[in-house]
Amino acid sequence: MAQLDAIDRHLLDDFQHDFPLDPRPYAAMAKRLGIAESEVLSRLERLRQKGTVSRVGAVIRPHAVGHSTLAAMAVPPDWLEHVAEMVSGYAEVNHNYQRDHRLNLWFVVAATGRDEVQAVLDDIARRTGLDVLDLPMVEQFHIDLGFGLRWN
Amino acid sequence: MELNDRDLNLISALCGGLALDSRPYYVLGRAIGMDENEVVERLRALRQAGIIRRLGVIVRHHELGYKANAMVVWDVPDDEIAEIGRRLGACPEVSLCYRRPRRLPGWPYCLFTMIHGRDRAEVEASLAALAMREGVSHYPHEALFSTRRFKQCGARYIPKTAAE
Repeated sequence: MAQLDAIDRHLLDDFQHDFPLDPRPYAAMAKRLGIAESEVLSRLERLRQKGTVSRVGAVIRPHAVGHSTLAAMAVPPDWLEHVAEMVSGYAEVNHNYQRDHRLNLWFVVAATGRDEVQAVLDDIARRTGLDVLDLPMVEQFHIDLGFGLRWN
Repeated sequence: MELNDRDLNLISALCGGLALDSRPYYVLGRAIGMDENEVVERLRALRQAGIIRRLGVIVRHHELGYKANAMVVWDVPDDEIAEIGRRLGACPEVSLCYRRPRRLPGWPYCLFTMIHGRDRAEVEASLAALAMREGVSHYPHEALFSTRRFKQCGARYIPKTAAE
């Protein structure tokens, strides 16, 4: 946090939503920030290397393309490391977290269709011999406004 | 909006993010045989249709100092899920709010909310304030704090056409 200056904060905060659909979007950002395009690019590169920026990209509406689900497992603590690594190894798994609960492993599976998602869940259940809870989204209630950053 | 193969290819190519290059739409298009102008126009249409919910800089909470997050799950009566879901989803403390199926026995929760904070105490304080303010503290709920992140990246939807 300490190494972020005012321009970094604007880069992180002001362009979460309406990224310019302009052939040179970073130049359009640069113009708004009063800096050079090359500086926008070098700052974003640095923020990405640090991990502050995941990517410049799109958040796709769930189920608009393909299918996804949230899955949960109760993994014996001794196996957790191993099972988590196995789960992360699937290209279809994009988030994988340990949570402090009996159900201690939570991950999101996304693929082209319901069958492909089910196949991954079945495969994980078969390889581990553990139950995999399938918790697909039924309805979304929040409005995705990105992440409003509270800087102070 | 009806999605065709070109849209799906574009969405799939976009999953890894835009290049940090002066002309990222050109770079993206080149990989899938689409010219820069078509990439821009299709992205515009997908964004307008709400298929692309947002296009922009995607930040990681954790690296920004928001080290704690809890998935707070609620067991509320079926006929109140929609109303409570809308209310919780509109709360500034809540970044995600989904209805998901109960899996009985063992998992009675049907409403999932995500709360971020700088540390666990801040998340707990946010949750307590929210539960009180929205009048939901009497419904059974649990806060599942994440203790370790094994993987986090954008979803990759691989279109059938590209995968086969």
